[in-house]
Amino acid sequence: MTATTREYVTFRISDQLFGLSVIEIHDVFRPTRMTPVPLSGLEIAGVLNLRGRIVTAIDARSRLGLPPRVKDKQDQMLAIGVEYGGESFGLVVDEIGEVVRLEEADMEQNPVNLDATWSSVSRGVYRLDDRLLVIMDIDRMLAGASGADAAAAA
Amino acid sequence: MDDLLSEFLTETAEALDVVDVELVRFESNPSDKATLNNIFRLVHTIKGTCGFIGLPRLESIAHAGETLLGKFRDGALPVTPAAVTLVLASIDRIKSLLAHLAAEQVEPVGDDRDLIAQLERASEGKLDGAAAPAPAPAPVVVAAPPPPVVAAEPAPEPAEGQGAWDADQGRFLRLGEVSLADLEAAFRDAEGPEVVENKPAAVAAIAAPVADHDDEKKGTIGGNSIRVNVDVLESLMTMVSELVLTRNQLMQILRNSTDSEFKAPLQRLSGVTAELQEAVMKTRMQPIGSAWKKLPRIVRDASQDLHKKIELVMEGEATELDRQVLELIKDPLTHMIRNSCDHGVETPEVRLAAGKSEHGTIKLKAYHEGGHIIIEVGDDGAGLNTERIRQKAIEKGVIDGMEAMAMTDSQIHRLIFAPGFSTAAKVTNISGRGVGMDVVKTNVELIGGTIDLRSRFGHGSTLIIKIPLTLAIISALIVGVEEHRFALPQLSVVELVRAGKRLEHRIEMINTTRVLRLRDRLLPLVALSDVLGLMVDDRPDDRSACIVVMQVGETRFGLIVDEVFDTEEIVVKPLAKRLGTMGEYSGATILGDGAVIMILDPNGISRTVANVERSVNRLLDEQTRAAAAAAASAQQGDTRMSLLLFSAGGAEPRACPLSLVTRLEEIDASTFEMTSRGLVVQYRGRLMPLAAAGGDIRREGRQPMLVFSQGTAVVGLAVDAILDIVEDALDIQLSGENPGVLGTAVLKGKSTEIIDVGHYLSQADPTWAVAATRVDVKSDRKRILLVESHPFFRNLLAPIVTAAGYDVTVASSLEEARARLAAGAMFDVVLADADGAEMDEVPGAQVIPMSSRRDTAAVPKSDRHALLDAIQRALHRGEAA
Repeated sequence: MTATTREYVTFRISDQLFGLSVIEIHDVFRPTRMTPVPLSGLEIAGVLNLRGRIVTAIDARSRLGLPPRVKDKQDQMLAIGVEYGGESFGLVVDEIGEVVRLEEADMEQNPVNLDATWSSVSRGVYRLDDRLLVIMDIDRMLAGASGADAAAAA
Repeated sequence: MDDLLSEFLTETAEALDVVDVELVRFESNPSDKATLNNIFRLVHTIKGTCGFIGLPRLESIAHAGETLLGKFRDGALPVTPAAVTLVLASIDRIKSLLAHLAAEQVEPVGDDRDLIAQLERASEGKLDGAAAPAPAPAPVVVAAPPPPVVAAEPAPEPAEGQGAWDADQGRFLRLGEVSLADLEAAFRDAEGPEVVENKPAAVAAIAAPVADHDDEKKGTIGGNSIRVNVDVLESLMTMVSELVLTRNQLMQILRNSTDSEFKAPLQRLSGVTAELQEAVMKTRMQPIGSAWKKLPRIVRDASQDLHKKIELVMEGEATELDRQVLELIKDPLTHMIRNSCDHGVETPEVRLAAGKSEHGTIKLKAYHEGGHIIIEVGDDGAGLNTERIRQKAIEKGVIDGMEAMAMTDSQIHRLIFAPGFSTAAKVTNISGRGVGMDVVKTNVELIGGTIDLRSRFGHGSTLIIKIPLTLAIISALIVGVEEHRFALPQLSVVELVRAGKRLEHRIEMINTTRVLRLRDRLLPLVALSDVLGLMVDDRPDDRSACIVVMQVGETRFGLIVDEVFDTEEIVVKPLAKRLGTMGEYSGATILGDGAVIMILDPNGISRTVANVERSVNRLLDEQTRAAAAAAASAQQGDTRMSLLLFSAGGAEPRACPLSLVTRLEEIDASTFEMTSRGLVVQYRGRLMPLAAAGGDIRREGRQPMLVFSQGTAVVGLAVDAILDIVEDALDIQLSGENPGVLGTAVLKGKSTEIIDVGHYLSQADPTWAVAATRVDVKSDRKRILLVESHPFFRNLLAPIVTAAGYDVTVASSLEEARARLAAGAMFDVVLADADGAEMDEVPGAQVIPMSSRRDTAAVPKSDRHALLDAIQRALHRGEAA
């Protein structure tokens, strides 16, 4: 038996480092010309045209209950393209990092005192040398309109 | 095997649809050999394939059915409706087995001995004595060699009884079974493909050309068409849309550069793209006839069940529309046809008595009209009974009596689309459950269509559906609010109006509601920014605004937007599920410049309009109530109400509560007729008795008239002139001396007589029976709580009781009354409507039940004398206690 390793793309939302399995990510793009959707939930950043497909952009910050990013940094934001339920979504994050290869066995469970919203979208935590990496459960991230839903689904 | 099975299921389902249609046609014309051959061949194919794949139950039913059909074909049995019903029943059984097969991959357990026995009896019934042993219904899996290509030489007649050896199949034929050679002969008789390939799947494929043959595209199609998975078409469509967008972007770039070597190739690309788009759109189109296949059968079954003779005539089957739309109109269409069978066409006796032919005709027609497809379902039946619908609508509480009078006939007809409305005298298993036409209407509106109705009593009715050709590409108006842009489906846009201070049209306010005077009506307005909850700076009023006048179903309203750009053909893309739950949007689209914009759903917006209207009404109600409560506490007893001022038999104005008046009319006096009951006039198809509100009724010229109605009773009150409408506190100061006058009030600075409407109405029509009595002015005003849910009686009773010198508080429901009592309000007498729920005991007050009917113990509402009497007696009782 060889130890199974996985590749994760790391990205930053506010000050926290997150990771998503490479196979879950379709592409990374710069969300331009985003059309806001009035009346939609806060975490819906808008809809945009990605090579002829309409992509629903999810604002990771408001999804996680974090303060919105500073205005003048908005044109620097990036989105991670993912598929969920046959639809295209873009998760708007602050920065995309590198790809890391990690042993599956090294992943630790969520700390019990983690906030409900966060623990519902987190699969587990890796201790990297300098910081912690939260592995994101992208399905739950996109599924639940609120943390309570996702928690109930769990 | 799975592929084979799914192929089989698709083919067979199609074949069965054809059989349904053909059988009905055959029944009406039993001498048509070609039709019979068609049916026979289809059933045989099904049987053969079942045997090949190993589906014993299906095979044995198909076999028994085929045997009976064989008898028809040979002329051994006459074609009777009963026999055809039996064949249809076996087709149904096959369908249900197929459904199970599709779901579970295996045939359901059980057998069909009952049905097969019936079929055999039917086929043996006319056979002379050949008591053949029944064929085993047990599974006979025929792993026989597939049918060969040729069997050219004419085959012998199928052997009666059993035992004939069929060399092709390598076994004995069953009772009534036809040898393959014979079958081939049948094939040659019927029009069809020349070559039958050496594969059972291909044998099944014969069904397809037959279906096409049905659509009058003889023969050739078989080799030219292929089956394509719908998903492939969908993805083609998506890609073409992307191509179109890219083309548009390129063209935009090109427009900015004056001289480019790309110009010519881009032009060509543009042309090809447009053609490609059109071609791909075409692949999604299907003739509407495919949605009609089940209808002849439905009509046939319905006419048998209902003992009516109904013929279904179909026109324009070849009219093409988008597959998606086609799916969505199937159910509404079926329902409409059933409805026509059940409610439209009369029984033969009734038809004959009405001088029509015994056979009723339902006509189904489809045609294109300017980017839309129109489907008409018409019958030559009884037509809609306006009076019955009116009464039913009142009974069901869909409308009230006053509304009913004010509505035109066609408005009344459209009530059949109201939820929970069904006029069928009795519920049949076809329709009449009251969940019909409103569902049809909803479904049609869901796909952006409209439904209308034409009906002539005694001559039949026609339902007209107008639906877009496709849902994939729609024409839309692009509008802007602030920096947002949205697409509005053109289908619901009626017109565009520009409004502003210096323009012809101006936005006006009623309370907080915005309205626009548009020609002869007031158009309610909503701002798109409000609907979508956008934060908009308070803009100065003089800024001009664009108003998009929209029509959604019966609702017409104006949508205020900042800008109107242009119309574009847009490709509708579905919304992500989490956005789709919002009613305001129906999809999204990508514009030529690459931007994504949301498509607004007119239905969703119209709901918002209704909400705005409701909340405004609620607000107004609360305000009136608050004012009434404040007035009551001040012991003033005045309530603001709208009063209609008019002159009648004198210089001083008279007035009556506006809410009592149903309509204001001017009627040509020469049409008045004298009868034993006094003057009457024909008004909206009935006789309306007339009374004068003081002056004389004119006998020439035009006579202004207040029309009052309640339920089906209607009375006209002639006045000299209609002066004005004022809203004022009705503070009746003097009780009138004359009968017919409640008292005098000061309105607009003039003393005005408030007339007792009930008095005049009972004068014109004694059934109104509102006795006019003199009223004593009470010195110490007693407080009376009037609990009445019906606005008519509320408006009638409140002034009467007020005029009698009581202090009246009105509650429009029991809940409201209870709330008032719970809040500590004290009353001496409670007048409670006993027609609905019973009012409970009120401490310290006497409860008088009243009713709109005369045959109960309760005090009749229409009898003013009895009512006032009851109040007095109750007060005495209260004082004694």
